[in-house]
Amino acid sequence: MSEFLFVVVPYLCLATFVVGHLWRYRYDKFGWTTRSSQLYENRLLRIGSPLFHFGLLGVVGGHIIGLLVPESWTDAVGISERMYHVVAVVGGLLAGLMTVAGMAILIYRRRTVGPVFSATTVMDKVMYAFLAVVIVLGMWNTIAGSILTIGGEYDYREGVSVWYRSFLAFNPDATLMAAAPLGFQLHALVAFGLFALWPFTRLVHVFSAPLGYLTRPYIVYRSRDDSRLGSHRPRRGWDRTG
Amino acid sequence: MKVMAQMAMVMNLDKCIGCHTCSVTCKQAWTNRSGTEYVWFNNVETRPGLGYPRTYEDQEKWQGGWELTKRGRMKLKGGGRLKNLMTIFSNPKLPSINEYYEPWTYDYSTLTDAPAQEHTPVARPKSLISGKDLKIEWSANWDDDLGGSTATAHLDPMLAKIADKVKFEFEQTFMFYLPRICEHCLNPSCAASCPSGAIYKRAEDGIVLVDQDRCRGWRKCVSGCPYKKVYFNHRTGKAEKCTFCFPRIEVGLPTVCAETCVGRLRYIGLMLYDADKVLEAASTTDDQGLYEAQRDVFLDPSDPEVIREAEKAGIARNWIDAAQRSPVYALINTYKVALPLHPEYRTMPMVWYIPPLSPVVEVVAETGEDAENKGNLFAAIDALRIPVEYLAELFTAGDVGPVDAVLRKLAAMRCYLRDINLGRDPDASIPAAVGMSEEDMYDMYRLLAIAKYDERYVIPPAHAEQAHALEELSTECSVSEYGGGQHDLFGEGSGVPTPIAVENFQMLQDRQTSDSLSGPENKSGRVNLLNWDGKGSPPGMFPPKDADS
Ligand code: HEM
Ligand code: SF4
Ligand code: SF4
Repeated sequence: MSEFLFVVVPYLCLATFVVGHLWRYRYDKFGWTTRSSQLYENRLLRIGSPLFHFGLLGVVGGHIIGLLVPESWTDAVGISERMYHVVAVVGGLLAGLMTVAGMAILIYRRRTVGPVFSATTVMDKVMYAFLAVVIVLGMWNTIAGSILTIGGEYDYREGVSVWYRSFLAFNPDATLMAAAPLGFQLHALVAFGLFALWPFTRLVHVFSAPLGYLTRPYIVYRSRDDSRLGSHRPRRGWDRTG
Repeated sequence: MKVMAQMAMVMNLDKCIGCHTCSVTCKQAWTNRSGTEYVWFNNVETRPGLGYPRTYEDQEKWQGGWELTKRGRMKLKGGGRLKNLMTIFSNPKLPSINEYYEPWTYDYSTLTDAPAQEHTPVARPKSLISGKDLKIEWSANWDDDLGGSTATAHLDPMLAKIADKVKFEFEQTFMFYLPRICEHCLNPSCAASCPSGAIYKRAEDGIVLVDQDRCRGWRKCVSGCPYKKVYFNHRTGKAEKCTFCFPRIEVGLPTVCAETCVGRLRYIGLMLYDADKVLEAASTTDDQGLYEAQRDVFLDPSDPEVIREAEKAGIARNWIDAAQRSPVYALINTYKVALPLHPEYRTMPMVWYIPPLSPVVEVVAETGEDAENKGNLFAAIDALRIPVEYLAELFTAGDVGPVDAVLRKLAAMRCYLRDINLGRDPDASIPAAVGMSEEDMYDMYRLLAIAKYDERYVIPPAHAEQAHALEELSTECSVSEYGGGQHDLFGEGSGVPTPIAVENFQMLQDRQTSDSLSGPENKSGRVNLLNWDGKGSPPGMFPPKDADS
């Protein structure tokens, strides 16, 4: 069972994630957008969206450090277990609270502001359901596992993180995950569900994060692309004369 | 010297009768789709007035365009690159839909569906954004012809800049129309604000376009453009803007707004300019120097050296010919009667305007004096500071000098031509008073008053040899190949982008077969009467037909 849940399912989700993005990019560049709803409503978005996104950037950063950096490395540079723990919990809590608060505002807005609600697709609703469950479970793990220590202390850096790295190295070890508390198991599973959904939601905008803007020249010049005039390729059998 | 060609336009404001034909035909051609109900690539504003969107010219509020840093470098007024990215999650300067207006339609069906009753049923306005009842309080032309201006016109940001108090009592005011499209700037701040680099300037003809496949909906260009001429399609989640009707321009036809202009006041032609000098000119320290600085960027297409450089830059011979015959060049550089709109935004706009003499002429005529007399008109231009200062705020960052000079030329032309029309001897001292020769004055008159179609629009076709593959001439595509292109699951914009002609075809079909008023269940068919082209019946107008009848 744990083989299935923590090896087969994650790899299926990962495959969907990768292939789904390739497919979407190939066939639906036009639909690849944030679908901003700011034109409809600004007051709530102005608070909710930055809270959510900045919080989330913190959360993502935290996950990268927590999951990808082995404990032995931080030990090696002299960061004590205790210090790491305090920073991770405080930082995680802060980012998490921002994310949850921001998301609450965004969901409230989606539900109550008429124009925003009617521009909400089925996919948006499913996406928010998964997102909310993942984030709430994540918060619960931090609060219950690390602060209140309900059900005893669990050092995820020796369990979940190791499993995750083994998973990425295509040498997965499901027993580590099977030994983790239920909260962590669910968080990971629902998160993989979200990854599988990802390419089919508006979340694709994350992969367009416009970092190139910092370095590119301000004004873009482009020649009309002579190999592909108009919005479609010339049909077979038609040659251009020019 | 790096020669580039730019398609440009000049509008002669004296001739605009404010009929909005240009806006309506443009809307029919480009923005009669759901998601763009509120969008007018071409709009006609009554000035003084708030404009569309409301008070867009107040850059202290909207932060569009460029500004100079203390060290004299160009910077986006909305903030540098980092600030631009940090405010991406919620754009602090994005005008809300209410600044444009909330588009609406009417539930016409109640007129026919309502049961017999004592009072005549009324069609209530319904918002096209929320589908709910709407109290109409503003629209793109709320203050048309100074309607309601006693209540709103004092909010006109340009009036705030001129010293004298402008009165809005009927007898004392002045008025003219300002048709606006995207300026297809040489230094476009919309493109510079776009985080994904999806907005580009076409190297061949300078037309500024949004690549719909690369736009990611960051909606930064909307606030970046000081003229507020990029719009957010709230259905597809992508930015859209005036295209200078490139599919028409490519085959040598004028834009739709120009083609259908009732006053025949639009001129389209090429300008050659030195791309290496644009940034320097845009960085001119003094706002009032920007008009001259931009004129300096333009190149004389008859200068042999310019021709040589242009050919080196790969500009075709027939394009250079067209640039030499360009009416736009003549109005901007030869006669110097056209002025840029808001050069102080530093985007180097390329739709220029001949300021209207009519506010002056009207005042003179009302006094009972001869409004075609040079002395009277010149004296009036000197005396009527308010209209002149107002025009200067629009066209020269407040410098009345160039506006004065243009108005004098127009006044002189009026007087000089009257003598000719009445069969009197032309008076050479009149053109001389504005520094023109008699011949130049007559040529200018010809261009402004009686120029024919092919003199007003000198548009060299783009590579006619490729024409069959250009988008709108898509002889290779049959409409039926394109499915609905709508995957509602991902949002309405998903799917393969549909060529414009196909999109219109499908909309028409939807429209003719759809039943609902504005319901989200049929978003693509949502139209209001304004969008209706007279064919079929607009949704909601008549009771639904049975499916099989
Ligand atoms: C760092 C890169 C990111 C950028 C630049 C970015 C930018 C944006 C923008 C501009 C919007 C549109 C807001 C509006 O005007 O309506 C948006 C919406 C959204 N983003 Fe992001 N985002 C990023 C990362 C993420 C991540 C990592 C997630 C979640 C996993 C996320 C989830 C969402 C959601 C759920 C919405 C919809 C909000 C709503 O309207 O309800 N974003 N994002
Ligand atoms: S006027 Fe047109 S080209 Fe200029 S900044 Fe605005 S949208 Fe861009
Ligand atoms: S069609 Fe011509 S005359 Fe009529 S409003 Fe437009 S620019 Fe003015």
